[in-house]
Amino acid sequence: MTTETVKKQRWKLNLRDRFQDMPKPARIAAMVVFVVLLYLLPTKAFYENLGFPIPMGSGYLPLYTTGSDMAGVLFQCGYYILLALGLNVVLGYAGLLDLGFFGFFAVGAYTVALLTSPESKLITEYNWLESPWPWLLTVPIAIALAMLSGVLLGWPTLRLRGDYLAIVTLGFAEIIRIVAKNQDWILNGDRGIPSVGHPPGTWPDGEPIFELEFTPYYWLVLTVIIGVIFLIRNLANSRVGRAWVAIREDEDAAELMGVPTFKFKLWAFAIGAAIGGLSGSLWAGQANFVNSATFSLENSILVLAAVLLGGAGSIGGAILGGFLVIYLPEWLRSVGDVFGWPTQVQVGNIHIDVSPTSLRFVIFGALLIVVMIYRPQGLWPNRRRAAELKDRQKEVAPVE
Amino acid sequence: MSERKALLEVDNVTLRFGGVVALNQVDFTLYEGEILGLIGPNGAGKTTCFNAMTGVYLPTEGQIRFKGEQVSGKKRNQITKMGMARTFQNIRLFPEMTALENVLVGTDAHNTTSVPTALLRLPKHWREERQSKARALELLSFVGITGRSDDLARNLSYGDQRRLEIARALATNPSLLCLDEPAAGFNPAEKVALLELIKKIRDSGVTVLLIEHDMRLVMGVTDRIVVLEFGRKIAEGTPEEVRDNPKVVAAYLGVPDAA
Amino acid sequence: MNFDDLIQGFPDLTTTGLAQGSIYALVALGYTLVYGVLRLINFAHSEVFMFGTFAALWTWGLMGYDSNSARPDLGTALLLVLVSLVVASLFSGGVAMVVEAVAYRPLRKRNAPPLVFLISAIGASFVLAELMGAFTERRQQGIPGLLPGEPLFSAGGWTVYPLQLATVVVALAVMFALDWFVSKTRFGRGIRAVAQDADTAALMGVNKGRVIALVFLLGGLLAGVAAVFYSMKQGNTRFNVGFLMGLKAFSAAVLGGIGNLRGALVGGLLLGLVESYGAALFGSNWTNVIAFVVLLVLLMFRPTGLLGESLGRARA
Repeated sequence: MTTETVKKQRWKLNLRDRFQDMPKPARIAAMVVFVVLLYLLPTKAFYENLGFPIPMGSGYLPLYTTGSDMAGVLFQCGYYILLALGLNVVLGYAGLLDLGFFGFFAVGAYTVALLTSPESKLITEYNWLESPWPWLLTVPIAIALAMLSGVLLGWPTLRLRGDYLAIVTLGFAEIIRIVAKNQDWILNGDRGIPSVGHPPGTWPDGEPIFELEFTPYYWLVLTVIIGVIFLIRNLANSRVGRAWVAIREDEDAAELMGVPTFKFKLWAFAIGAAIGGLSGSLWAGQANFVNSATFSLENSILVLAAVLLGGAGSIGGAILGGFLVIYLPEWLRSVGDVFGWPTQVQVGNIHIDVSPTSLRFVIFGALLIVVMIYRPQGLWPNRRRAAELKDRQKEVAPVE
Repeated sequence: MSERKALLEVDNVTLRFGGVVALNQVDFTLYEGEILGLIGPNGAGKTTCFNAMTGVYLPTEGQIRFKGEQVSGKKRNQITKMGMARTFQNIRLFPEMTALENVLVGTDAHNTTSVPTALLRLPKHWREERQSKARALELLSFVGITGRSDDLARNLSYGDQRRLEIARALATNPSLLCLDEPAAGFNPAEKVALLELIKKIRDSGVTVLLIEHDMRLVMGVTDRIVVLEFGRKIAEGTPEEVRDNPKVVAAYLGVPDAA
Repeated sequence: MNFDDLIQGFPDLTTTGLAQGSIYALVALGYTLVYGVLRLINFAHSEVFMFGTFAALWTWGLMGYDSNSARPDLGTALLLVLVSLVVASLFSGGVAMVVEAVAYRPLRKRNAPPLVFLISAIGASFVLAELMGAFTERRQQGIPGLLPGEPLFSAGGWTVYPLQLATVVVALAVMFALDWFVSKTRFGRGIRAVAQDADTAALMGVNKGRVIALVFLLGGLLAGVAAVFYSMKQGNTRFNVGFLMGLKAFSAAVLGGIGNLRGALVGGLLLGLVESYGAALFGSNWTNVIAFVVLLVLLMFRPTGLLGESLGRARA
């Protein structure tokens, strides 16, 4: 190890430790300042005053996504962070590989859409509802239904081996998508459900807060994320969290030590699903329109990539990962615009779309491989897992 | 001796895997408060017997009763809750948890905090956390690894890992503690310390079942011994009785020592 | 539920199901081979298959046949199919070996836990699919009709088309060849040895790295064969056709018992038949759902599949 890397590691360690060594009031103050900064992120002025002028031509602001609405990008980051936090409970804590996680997002989104849209078939055809419900009222129902579907999916499948579980959950997400696409009775297939309700609230001048402008949605999702983090931490530092980690580490030993493994695996599934459903209901509250095209497999994989790039089992990692998988392609695109990166390349008579947003699955797919090879613990790892994976590498590799 | 209460009854247990008979009508009883040694040469069926008792395998024939209740068919975590705890021949701690957390998983066997309580940090959560933590620290010092409570289990020395496993098992508050070759890989000094620990555990009111093939260790600590060979019980009695039993001598000495 | 359709169409549905099932079986063998040796779900196998469909398409294109061409005469058609079979299987086999070398071998060297392999596989699958997507502008591409479109044979309610016959015959022939290869040749012995106990096999002088590469190559070759017949039946292909085929072929492998070569055949044919009958009963929109429901039910009651697992223990 060179002295430089040692120094670097020491510096990193210092940052973490220095924060923890600060007196509690100072820590709280630092957190408050940080959170306030987070709320300011969508404001353009924030970037204009960042203070590190990088001369890159007019119109460019460091870290700002000029190609698309910054608040919109941040909102999208927000619900992906929520998804990543949910999958982190399932995969990071309990060690269950759920490849169909986006299915729960779909359940949440559809629940909200069905109950809040005046054009929902529940109202127009079946008369189950007299009038659309307010958005806020439907969120708990969306969460509950997502949880229920998590339990229904987990009940028969959680007894399966890890790799079978992966396939079955993948199949589940696909079934949800096919059902949504093919049937006309309720979900309306590709035509979807329009006029989905928005969150409540008006500005002092009587204008609704949640309309086309993205910033309030970002604030809402940010608030929700902060709440969810607290709740997940409560779980992680309790009997429940210990049971999850024990199951992940050695399921048989955990059971013999009295851990009701099936029950806690089911809980992990249900909690993850609930967070996924919550994310879906937030998204639907903004999207206005929900149809089956939203729920393609790519999204499940993107969430998986987020959790693993960030570092499974670490809340910070899930947040970082969820942020990066959305923000990075958007930001690269704005940088590309400045530098004149082409959107298309012509090879013969084929036009290849090379914009960062369309190539992001190639990039993240490749990144998954690279990260798994060189940094399997993720970018912001849980300290323990990092140690585990490092030690495994040192152990004798199988004979070839 | 007949006055004593039976804690665990292994009643004519036979266990077959395909054509292999791993246990053949094994029959013995474990009484409260004693240390019983289960010995036998390698491959005699000790660990299999152990696994049948803790619910890992279902006996093909016969019954295993713990505190008068049938064990077979019960879920493994329920058996633990009934008061039977075990360690493993090849250590199976949760390597990425701290020593303290490992023991806490054991104490959790009798806690009832679940998701809602933990999520909302209800008083029950705090109460159980406090009590469990106190108990876990107590156990760590009981087995003699007080200073290592915040170290990851994987970073403990081999001997400390064995001790931690015992602490974790004791944390489930067992009336019967089953130790599967706890002295494997120990040097003589460590073995002596282990003997003391086992006696201390018995004196604290826990019945101990000790699986071991180190005869000397077993002789020094057990009240009674059951000897298995090729899945059958060939002898049972006090250490002296067993030592003088010709069948046992044949089993251990009659077969040329491979080592 | 439409029982009339099922009963009247039964012979035809059976033929269709068997032809489709043969394709599933061919792809399923790729999963089973790799799983048997590495205990790894080769997630990227679906894309290996997808590359095969494009290899076939391009081969025919280079030979002057695209989706607008008229049907060639039988001789030309057979030649076209033969050439594309060779090209597509070699191409798929090559892709499979590249995947192994890039996404799995470095992990094997690092002794990574199984989950890490699976994730790397998912990554590889995405890179392959999206690269093809970018290269083909994400468009569906038409595939020429090659074999004669008239029924080969028609009696009462039963019709058999040349393509169906060719699919089943070639698939069975290839699978018998594989069975022979694995059970009779020296390479096959190496595969079985590694499947049973990789480390011991390595100590006994089996070159584990080579066996693994070989297994990937075999799986790729079979996927290439499957891709040719799939393309001809479907009449088109797209960068994302691999996903569904992969899921179903994997289901077929699990149905029969993953790691078991004959299980893959049984599982594939069974899945083809169930789908075919199911589509008649519930409508073709639900075909894909039926496949998953069957898989789910089976896993619940018989988690090791119909014929049981393991490449090593079962006679290859």
